[in-house]
Amino acid sequence: MSYATLALSLVFVLIPILLSKTLKLGLEKDTIIATIRSIVQLLIVGMILKFVFTSKSFIFIVLMLLLMISAATQNARKKGKAIKGMTWKLVVTFVAVEVLTQSILIGFHIIRPTAQYIIPISGMVVGNSMVLAILFLNRFTAEVEARQDETELILSLGGTPKQAIQASLISSIKASTIPTIESQKTIGLVQLPGMMSGQIIAGADPVQAVQFQLLILFLLLTTAVVTSIMIGFLSYPALFNKRMQMMKQKEI
Amino acid sequence: MTENQEVITLSHVYYADGNVSILKDITGSFLKGKITTIVGPSGAGKTTLFKLCNGLISPASGDIFFNGKRIDTYEPTELRRNVGIALQSPTMISGSVWENLSLPLTLQGKQLQEKKAKELLKLVGLEEKFLNQNVKDLSGGQRQKVSIARTLVNQPKVLLLDEITSSLDRVSQQEIEALIVRINKESFTTIIWITHNLEQAISIGDYSWVMMGGELIEIVESSRLLYSKNESVQQFVKGDIE
Ligand SMILES: Nc1ncnc2c1ncn2[C@@H]1O[C@H](COP(=O)(O)OP(=O)(O)O)[C@@H](O)[C@H]1O
Ligand SMILES: [Mg+2]
Repeated sequence: MSYATLALSLVFVLIPILLSKTLKLGLEKDTIIATIRSIVQLLIVGMILKFVFTSKSFIFIVLMLLLMISAATQNARKKGKAIKGMTWKLVVTFVAVEVLTQSILIGFHIIRPTAQYIIPISGMVVGNSMVLAILFLNRFTAEVEARQDETELILSLGGTPKQAIQASLISSIKASTIPTIESQKTIGLVQLPGMMSGQIIAGADPVQAVQFQLLILFLLLTTAVVTSIMIGFLSYPALFNKRMQMMKQKEI
Repeated sequence: MTENQEVITLSHVYYADGNVSILKDITGSFLKGKITTIVGPSGAGKTTLFKLCNGLISPASGDIFFNGKRIDTYEPTELRRNVGIALQSPTMISGSVWENLSLPLTLQGKQLQEKKAKELLKLVGLEEKFLNQNVKDLSGGQRQKVSIARTLVNQPKVLLLDEITSSLDRVSQQEIEALIVRINKESFTTIIWITHNLEQAISIGDYSWVMMGGELIEIVESSRLLYSKNESVQQFVKGDIE
């Protein structure tokens, strides 16, 4: 695709802007900002990727991964502000998920250890991991609040913090991973996954595109479950002190 | 048997939530094998005092002793099993009465005997058939009874009861009173009982604590509660009778 055709695609931006103006929806400003940001961000990413791919240097791959992980951490930590040490807990989780998935992919020769594979797949893994962390933390803070009496009861009967928080923990892990599992049940029926569509449009064999998409789906299952469990088990101890007492919850 | 042995002692105990002072300079002892009733208007800090004794919270300053040792020298789980508490609102874990009664032991990786569970139900005045009932289907009073039975599973040395009869009808209330007195006599369990029922506080208690506004106003023999010389106590007692 040339830049000229890309310019033509701006028609798809003009349509909502015009509609918004006529109907006074007030969406023009955000649409324009979104358009400019997506153009600039993606072009920069594209150029960086091109540079990383051609340089063939491992350092740049690692740098890209670090960038992704810090962006994901930055985003997710807002949801876990009430929990002490959330930032490093997120970093540890994202790194662990990334290392785990890449070791399997590369170790079993499922992908080649080149930037073309590692970076886009890591993007999906870390991105999904971030979404899962946010889903988990949202749910967990709500569960902990709602089950305060139950937690207190179990502590009062001589239970440990882990026993006292278990119900909240399990239900948050479940609730946050269910969307990932559910969405896979209907995948392909209504819409084709974006990555697969992209590959097909770019001329890849559809069956191969499907195979790759399946790999990604399975990968994201691991990502989802491991992320929720890790964040869960890293976070809950911060809700208690050494005397096995519930810490006062600040406004969440 | 040593007379008047102190089982729980508080020494200049303060507790605050942020800047709000909730308990102020509480000093006093609960005697082994006795029943102490605690009375006072709501918001006086009675429940907070219980949570301190059970180790659910720690004092801002001051010391609490259990059997002569500071409570923070005990493992929290050990302390909480020895100083059992039946909380004011009888929280249930979802599931059956059986699951709730088993809870204290499952937390220790042990198994409650079915026979024992039935005995406990009988003790608190519930029929055996309740064992498999879902706690959702219980009345407030029935939950309160299950909650008491559940606390007894740990066989605590000290039993903290927080307004456990306030949601019970008169008959159940008397049953529970009789039960607690029996537990006290038979297993020499120390009982500390918060109640807003003055009549109960007097008839059940050996000693009574009167608390108001976060302070311990007076410790008095229960039988003398109505004749206290303390003016605030007199006022409270009168207000309550009217
Ligand atoms: N978790 C808490 N956070 C903030 N304030 C509390 C908390 N628990 C109790 N309080 C306050 O402490 C005071 C004493 O409460 P409580 O011990 O429940 O009194 P009582 O059992 O005598 O009615 C009350 O003013 C209450 O509002
Ligand atoms: Mg209370």
